[in-house]
Amino acid sequence: MSEYALLLPILIPLIGVVLLLLGARSLAVQRAGGVLFSSLTFAASLYLLFAVDQADYLVMQMGAWEAPFGISLVADRFSAVMVAVSSFMGAAVGIYALSEIDEARLKKFFFPLYLVLIFGVNGAFLTGDLFNLYVWFEVMLIASFVLMSMGGEKGELEGGLKYVCLNLLSSVMFLAGAGIIYGKTGTLNMADIGQQLMLAENADWALSSSMLLLVSFGLKAGMFPFFFWLPASYHTPPSAVSAVFAGLLTKVGVYALFRSYTLIFMPLFPEVQNILLWLAILTMVTGVLGAASHFDMRRILSFHIVSQIGYMVLGLAFMTPLALAAAIFYLVHHIIVKTNLFLVSGVVIRMKGSCDLAKVGGLCNSAPWLAALFFIPAFSLGGIPPLSGFWAKFALVKSGVEIHAWWAVTFALLVGVLTLYSMTKIWAEAFWKKQPEDVDTTPAKPVGPLVFMVAPIVVLSISTVVIGFFGEPLFEFSERAAAQLLDPQSYISAVLPQPAEVSP
Amino acid sequence: MEPLIALLIGVLFAAGIYSLLRRSIVKLVIGVVLISQGANLLVFTSGGLLAGRPALVEAGATVPEAPFGDPLPQAMVLTAIVIGFGLTAFLLALVCRAHEAVGDDDINAFDNTDT
Repeated sequence: MSEYALLLPILIPLIGVVLLLLGARSLAVQRAGGVLFSSLTFAASLYLLFAVDQADYLVMQMGAWEAPFGISLVADRFSAVMVAVSSFMGAAVGIYALSEIDEARLKKFFFPLYLVLIFGVNGAFLTGDLFNLYVWFEVMLIASFVLMSMGGEKGELEGGLKYVCLNLLSSVMFLAGAGIIYGKTGTLNMADIGQQLMLAENADWALSSSMLLLVSFGLKAGMFPFFFWLPASYHTPPSAVSAVFAGLLTKVGVYALFRSYTLIFMPLFPEVQNILLWLAILTMVTGVLGAASHFDMRRILSFHIVSQIGYMVLGLAFMTPLALAAAIFYLVHHIIVKTNLFLVSGVVIRMKGSCDLAKVGGLCNSAPWLAALFFIPAFSLGGIPPLSGFWAKFALVKSGVEIHAWWAVTFALLVGVLTLYSMTKIWAEAFWKKQPEDVDTTPAKPVGPLVFMVAPIVVLSISTVVIGFFGEPLFEFSERAAAQLLDPQSYISAVLPQPAEVSP
Repeated sequence: MEPLIALLIGVLFAAGIYSLLRRSIVKLVIGVVLISQGANLLVFTSGGLLAGRPALVEAGATVPEAPFGDPLPQAMVLTAIVIGFGLTAFLLALVCRAHEAVGDDDINAFDNTDT
């Protein structure tokens, strides 16, 4: 019975989309429905997390076509926790959007598109089929394209164009990689591909598609040297949209990378380990340097997404149980913190009309509560104990020291310091210094009450603190999830009814 | 047949990348379309190209008589074509609006959100 838990996080947003389209005339219905269905999805994802932790693997074959012929939905602990934390962000940002998204955007179906985005993200985490993953990516992308550019302002259209073109290229590479691997193995089921590669004496024939997928997922994750679309576009749409993009979209790319190299292309991992390691280091360094050179809150935060992606990929590149657990913990922490920071930047824009650090100031006096709410995620991102970011970085660095990856550890620590530098810069400029004079700070007319914007920020900040102080259950869960990732054989036997024959 | 198609895929990718590197945003769209058609052909070819050999199973057998073309990639390509069609339509509309907003066809004019 509990297999049906797999369907709920996908079905609920889909039903929501249909119902909201039926009630498109009433803005109240749109708002209420958006919050209701994103919260229901969150509740369903918690149920899924609970069920998966009990059962290890939940597998469902769509239409009862046995794997590897049909499309499988699979949840292990890693995908369940990703669904849970991203649905959490979906619910939080859904409430925030009540007070930020204006009528014009609501009339252009903001909330149905928002639910399509959640639908696509959850589907991508739960599918066990490579081509189906491509379709989920497209579902997610088309919703994000429209959300990014629906305001029709110049910046949004420009940023949107860059975002759309580079992501389309990445999808094309994904499709080509999936096509080649199908031509060689005759299957698209991830477990089946993984099994065939493991049984093959020499798996080098899959290198081409593995590289195509690496580039494609790297592009979606915002890894060096494919990250240029991200800081060029993420600061243009409303903060609710940037926040949910920052929290979810790049992480789907990271998730796909993890899935590729712990399951699909597991035997090829030694070939790419060094590539991943150096890409991760360069991603961290370029991201943080880009952030240091900027003076606009949202641009700084966008570059920090890039640099933080580097840490997660570093965990994958180390590939020890501790490193993978640290990376999963890092993902959870990062999604919460980064979404929160973008939400705070939205409140700053609401109060000061801008989040350009040269134009804002004095928030420490005028809104001390906001300063406190910024402090928690910002210094968690910088890795200050006892906030969640400290434990994430600590575990990652410890795993690096254990395998003597000194260069990676050095850069990870150095980038941590520079992250702190950027966060202190925002703190000093936006909150500490006096409001600069002769700057027009008349904010735009607010859409809704401030409480809907602050409540999600408070909830996310409390989560960050709780993970910091009582992070042990989450870390133990991450360790169990990492153990599953390192044991692809159990994933394969959970999905496939019987071991298939080798046909390279 | 396959070598010819392989050559065609290569030409499509090359032409697509050449168009992508041009400065006009319309050529950018053309480049994206060419490359995605190249990828579609690649997936299509991965099922094997055999003329006049339908993948039908004869009575009493469990697999079609070899050699046969795999029909699944054709189904996948159909999905990919539909998705690509929708995305191209969106991209064209976006390019049109962006051109109105920026007032230039030159990609170098699109630098306001750059870093």
